[in-house]
Amino acid sequence: MASLRDIKRKIRVVKNIAQITQAMKMVAAAKLRRVQERVQKGKPYANTMAELVGALAPNVKDFSHPLLTTRDVSRVLVVVIAGDKGLCGAYNSNILRLGHRFLDGQIAQHGAGNVQLVTIGRKAGEYFTKRGYKPVQHFPGIGPETPYEQIRAVSNTLTGLFASGQVDEVHICYSEFVSPLVQRPQNIKFLPIEPPAADATATGKASGATSDFIFEPKVEELLGVLLPRYVETRVYQLLMEATASEFGARMTAMSNATKNAGEQIDKLTLLANRTRQAGITKELLDIIGGAEALNG
Amino acid sequence: MATYSLSIVTPEREIFSAPVESAQLPGMEGSFGVLAYHAPLVAALNPGLVRITDAEGRELRLFVGGGFFQVSNNQAQLLADSAEFASEINAERANAALDRAQSRLAGKMDGEVLQRERAESALARARARTRVAATR
Repeated sequence: MASLRDIKRKIRVVKNIAQITQAMKMVAAAKLRRVQERVQKGKPYANTMAELVGALAPNVKDFSHPLLTTRDVSRVLVVVIAGDKGLCGAYNSNILRLGHRFLDGQIAQHGAGNVQLVTIGRKAGEYFTKRGYKPVQHFPGIGPETPYEQIRAVSNTLTGLFASGQVDEVHICYSEFVSPLVQRPQNIKFLPIEPPAADATATGKASGATSDFIFEPKVEELLGVLLPRYVETRVYQLLMEATASEFGARMTAMSNATKNAGEQIDKLTLLANRTRQAGITKELLDIIGGAEALNG
Repeated sequence: MATYSLSIVTPEREIFSAPVESAQLPGMEGSFGVLAYHAPLVAALNPGLVRITDAEGRELRLFVGGGFFQVSNNQAQLLADSAEFASEINAERANAALDRAQSRLAGKMDGEVLQRERAESALARARARTRVAATR
């Protein structure tokens, strides 16, 4: 049986761990809040952009743009978005498992030479490189402070590969942020994009008859410059959602770890008290036994 | 003078939202001005200077790195790729960015068309930015 001193030392260790996980939970919570704020601040731009694309698209007949063209799919690009760091529960492993399975499915379908991979986040890069896949490009993970230029670079890479015809479809595997407690890994077909439907509210806000608008330059050209920007906002949204998921997952994981540490401490304290009492009882018995022997 | 509401948003945040009297914008097909009761318009913008006269008649200048402008029913939105008020531009940094863009374009850029396009647009942005900084 462990001595009292050993148990006390163990309690101290667990207490330290609980402090660290508690701190990490707070940090994750703060970062999650910052990501959410950033998403909130970006909303007006993204909404207006979607509105604009939705309002413009019906004005164009037979519009073709590299980003909209559906081609016969022979080459695909798979993008996997994970985090830079661990200690966030099953967040990374869930998304990597999904990405891996999807990637292998695509390889089986189109052949290894026709499937390209882009990884975002250190964990994704390491995971696939270790397993012998060669990402054509790797980006560091996205955090609440990541400058917009970096996100633009990601978007440019994807649209570049697609528009130049090097790949016929782009799929993104990322974690959908449902709540801080729930993240849903999923993959979506990202390119060719489908323009947002010009729903009644959007066109209604743009004063009903969008055909009354003056377009400068021509509506086709306008849409041509608008679409890459629209794609950019979509990439931004996905990346921010993945980031929010990561911090949500980390927060939950660290909160659980702190709770478990608390339980450990309770258990160990109980054990320490029992051991202490057992020691006292034993000493008492020794003293009584000694006294009896003297009297006898 | 009549005013209309103008909001300037970038992907990161909303940087301006207030009633204004007029705005002058660097349209892709030439600079244009917008007053209240302007006909519905959607326009693409080049990188350049945006000049705003606010409701009190003060003039505001800012740099936009390209974007889109939309106005209807006296509601205007400017979707800027990036935007900075002239007073916030760090002239030194803007000049450094311009130098960088120039040297990158002068260097080994014959290969990819896309790369070249990007460097050229970076140069145009940097140029416009330094010009806006100089108008202070």
